[in-house]
Amino acid sequence: MARGSWGEGPIDIGGGGGGIRLPRLPSLPPGRIKAIAAIVGLLILLVTGYYQIEPDAVGVVQRFGKYVRTTEPGPHLKIPFGIERVTKVPVQRQLKEEFGFETVAAAVRSQFRTSPERAQESLMLTGDLNVAVVEWIVQYRIRDPKLYLFHLRSVRHTFRDMSEAAMRQVVGDHSVDEVLTIGREAIALKAKEELQRLCDLYKNGIEVQQLVLQDVNPPDPVKPAFNEVNQAIQEKERAINEAWAEYNMAVPKAKGEAEQAVRAAEGYALERVNNAEGDAKRFDAVYEEYRKAPKVTKKRIYLETLRELLPRLRKKLVLDEKARGVLPLLQLEGKLEAVKP
Amino acid sequence: MRGPLRILAILLAAILLFASVYTVSETQQVIITQFGKPLGGPVADAGLHLKLPFIQTLHRFDKRWLEFDGDANQIPTKDKKYVWVEVYARWRIADPLRFYQAVGDERGGQSRLDDVVDGQTRNAVASYDLIEIVRSTNRAFQITEELEGIGSAEALTRIETGRDKIAQVVLKKAAEITPQFGIELEDVRFKRINYIDTVQQKVFDRMISERRRIAERSRSEGQGRAAEIRGQKERDILGTTSVGYRSAQELKGNADAKATAIYARAYGKDPELYQFLKSMETLKEGLDQDTWLILSTDTELLKYLKSPGN
Repeated sequence: MARGSWGEGPIDIGGGGGGIRLPRLPSLPPGRIKAIAAIVGLLILLVTGYYQIEPDAVGVVQRFGKYVRTTEPGPHLKIPFGIERVTKVPVQRQLKEEFGFETVAAAVRSQFRTSPERAQESLMLTGDLNVAVVEWIVQYRIRDPKLYLFHLRSVRHTFRDMSEAAMRQVVGDHSVDEVLTIGREAIALKAKEELQRLCDLYKNGIEVQQLVLQDVNPPDPVKPAFNEVNQAIQEKERAINEAWAEYNMAVPKAKGEAEQAVRAAEGYALERVNNAEGDAKRFDAVYEEYRKAPKVTKKRIYLETLRELLPRLRKKLVLDEKARGVLPLLQLEGKLEAVKP
Repeated sequence: MRGPLRILAILLAAILLFASVYTVSETQQVIITQFGKPLGGPVADAGLHLKLPFIQTLHRFDKRWLEFDGDANQIPTKDKKYVWVEVYARWRIADPLRFYQAVGDERGGQSRLDDVVDGQTRNAVASYDLIEIVRSTNRAFQITEELEGIGSAEALTRIETGRDKIAQVVLKKAAEITPQFGIELEDVRFKRINYIDTVQQKVFDRMISERRRIAERSRSEGQGRAAEIRGQKERDILGTTSVGYRSAQELKGNADAKATAIYARAYGKDPELYQFLKSMETLKEGLDQDTWLILSTDTELLKYLKSPGN
């Protein structure tokens, strides 16, 4: 990084300023030569000592190996010839580690891959001694470039180890069902806290920004059984829904029919009472008139009834008051009728 | 010639200078030996330092925390469950001189750590039940409705030590040994714990049967609930129908009673007349053409048939 400018510096000068001045050199007096040499020397110093820090980084400067300063983004100078060395640390960039899978090609539709080694990362024991496959990512930032560079060797490797240990510790304290469903957020949060705790303990200068659980699955051989549970839950819901559907079809109908019976009874009641009142009124009316001449009225009604009745009846038998033995006659008639056909 | 001599002198001086200064980086510490004999303490200050040229030799060691990844070891737990245990450790060279004398270089250090950390890990894992190594606290698992009452017995086991503390035990015991190598152990942690294949297969079988149980129960719960709803349906139907019937009968009864009262009040004025009128009415309605009418001549109507006068 810093050594890049060390190599490039002199070439620029030799090919640029020095190359042009070289033909005139012999005609100049010795004093001039010294002055030019000094200027060229200064230029070399300037160019080899120049370095630039990108906006997302800072530069950590070491003089003879000792930390001397941290420089912010922008152009800077350092003592050249390896006396001061700059290490650029991308403190503003969000860095990411993936566990249990790898992004092969990040795009709108990213491609992922799970190598056997990566698969080992994601297989873990849950708190009820079951097994789950947990994939996750950690996003982090370098908070303290000095610690990041000087306190730990192989920071990234260590960070991955820490992350695995933290995740397994948290998953080990949750049941497989929590890991797979209801506990996901809590687990991610706890694992993040644990990982940050480890970072602080190890003083690796890293700030964990986010830990996100990706695919969390039961191991492949167990998957069908887990699916069966989901299916069974669906079936349960369906059975209940169907029963409710039947209920909703039958009960309102029964309510309607009951209502109908009540309404009909109300109708009957009205009719019955009204009829009674009608009959009573009629009787009252007749009675009022009857009272005035009971005998003749009664007779009149009797005779009127007979008059109406008699024409309708085809079979009439008039007997003298002394006659007895109507029954034999009637029986004869019955027999005759029986013989006739 | 003064010129060449001067150049030679400058060259010599330069060589001498370069041989007697050295730099120490922030990540390094140095011990100096003179004819193989160590001199003084380590130089851990970063920066430029001086030494005697040629007769003093530098030995550089890393000052940072260094990595250690234990091999995956197959270890039986106290409850005889075979697991693969993988630990990682972080360590640093705390006493470079002793480190140099005892193990020589980092490779030597790693191999000592292998012995110490692996040994302590074995001891620790073998003296605890698996659940103690997996869990860290006694927090109660959250349970969804579907899983109520199912779940392995392990879920209810109370732990006494826990993963974190067991790792601390390994760290403490191993850290007691490592200073003799000039090593300070900073942390030991369980990275991976997995069942060995044969055990894993059994665990999978158990998980499968557990899920089957959950599925079965879910199904039968569904059927049970459905039957309950059907029962409630019957109940509600009979309930509403009978309430309707009761109301209807009550209404009818009340109406009958009212009608009876009305009739009684009206006809009570002259029961004889009522009987007469009703009889007449019944005659009119009740007799049709097939009815035999046998009239005696002494009836009211026919008495005049015999004789017109009184």
